[in-house]
Amino acid sequence: MIPTPDLSHLSKGDYEYVYEPAEDTFVLLDALEEEADSIRSLVPRICLEIGSGTGIVSSFLGHIIGVSNALFLCTDINPHAATCSARTGSQNKAPLEPLIASLVSPLASRLAHAVDILVFNPPYRAGIAGSWAGGADGMQVVAALLEQVDGLLSPRGRFYLVAVKQNNIPKLREFMLKPFCYRGRTKIVLQRRAGREYLFVLRFVRRVVNV
Amino acid sequence: MVRLITHNLLACHAKGCTSNNFPLRFSNVKLALREADFNPDFIRGFLPRIEWDALVQASREIGDTSLPPERPEMLDDDFLKQLHHVLLEIHVDEGSMTCPNCEHVYPISSGIPNMLLAEHEIR
Repeated sequence: MIPTPDLSHLSKGDYEYVYEPAEDTFVLLDALEEEADSIRSLVPRICLEIGSGTGIVSSFLGHIIGVSNALFLCTDINPHAATCSARTGSQNKAPLEPLIASLVSPLASRLAHAVDILVFNPPYRAGIAGSWAGGADGMQVVAALLEQVDGLLSPRGRFYLVAVKQNNIPKLREFMLKPFCYRGRTKIVLQRRAGREYLFVLRFVRRVVNV
Repeated sequence: MVRLITHNLLACHAKGCTSNNFPLRFSNVKLALREADFNPDFIRGFLPRIEWDALVQASREIGDTSLPPERPEMLDDDFLKQLHHVLLEIHVDEGSMTCPNCEHVYPISSGIPNMLLAEHEIR
């Protein structure tokens, strides 16, 4: 079992600016833990989390893969989040590379077909100061990223995405099936009801490796 | 943390800036050296992702002259250790990175680069 990263260095004040981990975060951690062996078997070298917030997910991923086995890049458009991600990384001895950036813009050209593990828990709940405005259902920002996923993933790369029922999961999967390389390679890793929400973690694999 | 491994992956993404936009040039840097666990397999595995000339240029800009201008064919342990140090142990805590093409300046503060653009600069 991989322990949940320690966030005791963060305070109420931090959570005024940065999304506090909630059910959607924990469902993603659980899904990644379920995938741990298969993630390790890819020997990932470049991981990228978009909208890293507190940095809890990348720190967790660091301990799944081994902190010295890969580079853990995280972007967030919110400067407070980038700082929290850096602090959470050091608190958990998982060095992270936070960048203040919108989605993947400054990395896109150099990371063309280079990302082994891409993770995104979109800001479906808007309203945190400085966070992404997710649009009516957070889908605008998801759609903007989905367009780029295929260009980022390495030949063995995979993408983990948190979705809520309102996202229309079949439509999401259909969108990802458009590039031929994902045909038949999307999967719901985990689904869970959390209060009024129904949460999913989807996995898109660019090429089947040890599945 | 801006380490040279990350700097090697960053390009200017301002509107209209699509060529000669890499590598970003360092200036006014404040450095810190922090030890990292040496993992030769990682360095070997990451090497194909590195733009060698950009790494050599960047390391010289921040005052490290240990890397040879040509990437050696032989990846012996001494070389991998040197590369480990340059890629992972030198931290740029403060300073800026400037695009060689459009001269956009990306500031680095407390080890975190701000890669955001103003509304009118976004592609």
